[in-house]
Amino acid sequence: MYEAVAFYLFSVLIIGLFLITIMSKNVLYAMTSLAAGMVLISGFFFILGADFLGVVQLIVYVGAIMALYSFAMMFFDATRDIKEKTTNSALVFLLGGLSALVLVLIFAAPIHNEAIQALYPMHEGVGNAQDVGIVLFTKYLVPFEVAAVMLLVAMISGILLAGKKMDLSLTEDLSADDEILTQKDEK
Amino acid sequence: MIGLSHYLIVSALIFSIGLMGVLRRRNLLMLFFATEVMLNAVNIAFAAISHYYNDLTGQMFAFFIIAIAASEVAVGLGLLIVLYKKYGSLDLDDLASMKG
Repeated sequence: MYEAVAFYLFSVLIIGLFLITIMSKNVLYAMTSLAAGMVLISGFFFILGADFLGVVQLIVYVGAIMALYSFAMMFFDATRDIKEKTTNSALVFLLGGLSALVLVLIFAAPIHNEAIQALYPMHEGVGNAQDVGIVLFTKYLVPFEVAAVMLLVAMISGILLAGKKMDLSLTEDLSADDEILTQKDEK
Repeated sequence: MIGLSHYLIVSALIFSIGLMGVLRRRNLLMLFFATEVMLNAVNIAFAAISHYYNDLTGQMFAFFIIAIAASEVAVGLGLLIVLYKKYGSLDLDDLASMKG
């Protein structure tokens, strides 16, 4: 009963908030509604028993990614409304509606359940975080490490692209060379 | 009773909203928001399948999708800042430098 109420409330709110994200002309409104929709999606994860995934969604998406977007908004002029040429709006809505219809028909079709076996089944009486930890650090250890290296690469590239004059070398200072040359000329 | 199909249909609707955003938007920052919507829709589907088939693999894939989304945002926003410094706008029509 409570699950059904929570499900319908969350799904209506999420769809409405994401529609605001798509339609709004203001960057601030779009970003705020996106963050609120992500908080409600973590509510979905808590209903589904994926507690650790819900916490990660809250920390990473709502905490880190939204903070990154709001910092990036300081570089762009966010208070002004965005002027966009929306040509062929009817075609876009037709295509989006058709893809929604096709996807809903695919997912509403009956599934041949018996052929599906759990590869890494959940254990009774064990918390979700413990279960996830055991599978993540045994079966998915290599993808986990590769993801860590990928995040490191992304961090370095983010610093390099956003920082000022970070594309110049620190050790080979060109102006210092010029100073040495001028000192030699003075001698 | 809420079944697997309910979650999958909601996920499909949210994914289509993101797809509409990608098709409709001309501003690069708004395009990023639309891709985030699509990634979240896929995460809902993975978590729902993981719950109803009692399998942890779906949650694992959702974790890796979140990691990929985080690194995508870091690199993408850096590129957007460089583009904004160079052109003064994030509109895709202004950024089209090749005529053809």
